Amino acid sequence: MIEQLQLLGNQTRGSFAKLGRGTRFLLQTLSGIGSVIPRPRLLLNQLYSVGVLSFLIITISGLFVGMVLSLQGYYTLSDFGAEASLGLMVATSLVRELGPVVSALLFAGRAGSALTAEIGLMKATEQLSGMEMMAVDPIQRIIAPRFLAGLIAMPLLAGLFSAIGILGGQLVGSGLLGVDDGAYWAQMQAKIDFQDDIVNGIIKSITFGFVTTWIALFEGYDATPTAEGVSRATTRTVVNSAFSVLGLDFILTALMFGDD
Amino acid sequence: MSHSPTQDTLVGLFVAAGIAGLFFLAFQASNLSAYAEHDTYTLTARFENSGGLKVKSPVSAAGVKIGQVIAISFDPKTYDSVVAMHIDSHYNTFPDDTTASIFTAGLLGEQYVNLEAGGSETILKDQDKIEITQSAIILEKAIGQFLFKAAEEKK
Repeated sequence: MIEQLQLLGNQTRGSFAKLGRGTRFLLQTLSGIGSVIPRPRLLLNQLYSVGVLSFLIITISGLFVGMVLSLQGYYTLSDFGAEASLGLMVATSLVRELGPVVSALLFAGRAGSALTAEIGLMKATEQLSGMEMMAVDPIQRIIAPRFLAGLIAMPLLAGLFSAIGILGGQLVGSGLLGVDDGAYWAQMQAKIDFQDDIVNGIIKSITFGFVTTWIALFEGYDATPTAEGVSRATTRTVVNSAFSVLGLDFILTALMFGDD
Repeated sequence: MSHSPTQDTLVGLFVAAGIAGLFFLAFQASNLSAYAEHDTYTLTARFENSGGLKVKSPVSAAGVKIGQVIAISFDPKTYDSVVAMHIDSHYNTFPDDTTASIFTAGLLGEQYVNLEAGGSETILKDQDKIEITQSAIILEKAIGQFLFKAAEEKK
């Protein structure tokens, strides 16, 4: 009984300690961002591995999500003779929710896991300590450029996801199901508000980019420096990112689209 | 880490594609192009009941959208609903006996303010009040009245 209580206490303390380390890590990273600006090459390399390599999965998923939304929406809307609102339905769901959320989940799976594995391995092979020996701050040199790259790439990827999804929805809607092309765009343009929908969607995706990149980098940096530790850290990155993105999405939605 | 010119090009293409996507959303999929800030002037009107009218509801005249509702408030002294609206300054020729009424688009559609010009010589200016108003038709009330009337006639 006492032992179990001790275990519980130890675990609680452990998770708070991890949160504390994570916060300190985040502050260090944020203060290290300034040192990336004189070395744009570092940022460019990371934008390549975080952004360009995620490009394909994001665009293809966006296309299919848009097509499915259009197909499913059509069946429901046509019951009420409201097929003309198809474009509005597809665009609202994509711009407000699916664009930021699904692209953040894909981003965590595609880029976040890679970041954790990379940094975890650097730690396991003592490259990070080696850098410190040479008086190179690994936070400034390794972590900060990756963080900044994630922050920049995420809204771009989410925007691409939504744009391609809307085009995919139009492809299915007017190509396959015979919804009027003009109505598809006109309803969308009439009801999608730039400030309320698009800007809020971008704010969401920046938040998600911030959180997923932070989790990925921290899990790698905090990983137990063994093969097993790195593999566990990678799993935790994907799981925790998914939780945080979905939880934050609920909070952000409640804040942004509360009363309208 | 190696960096080749191709990698730079790919990063450039990626960023350009992302920005193009955001621009597409802004201009093709939203009402940003309609924003193009026209000059507007403000008119207010008092309604006995503004029904389901909301901020951003359209204001139209003869079926053409000419502005939007910007604020709705309750006046605790007169128990009226005070509706402020922005009207496009192209349409600045409404006389001071203009009637403002709240209509519903279709049976279940959204509510909007309709302006109908009168015959006066004086023109409404910025911050002026529209004196003649007609409240929103509350469907439940109308049905209630109809039933009441039908029951009266039977007697």
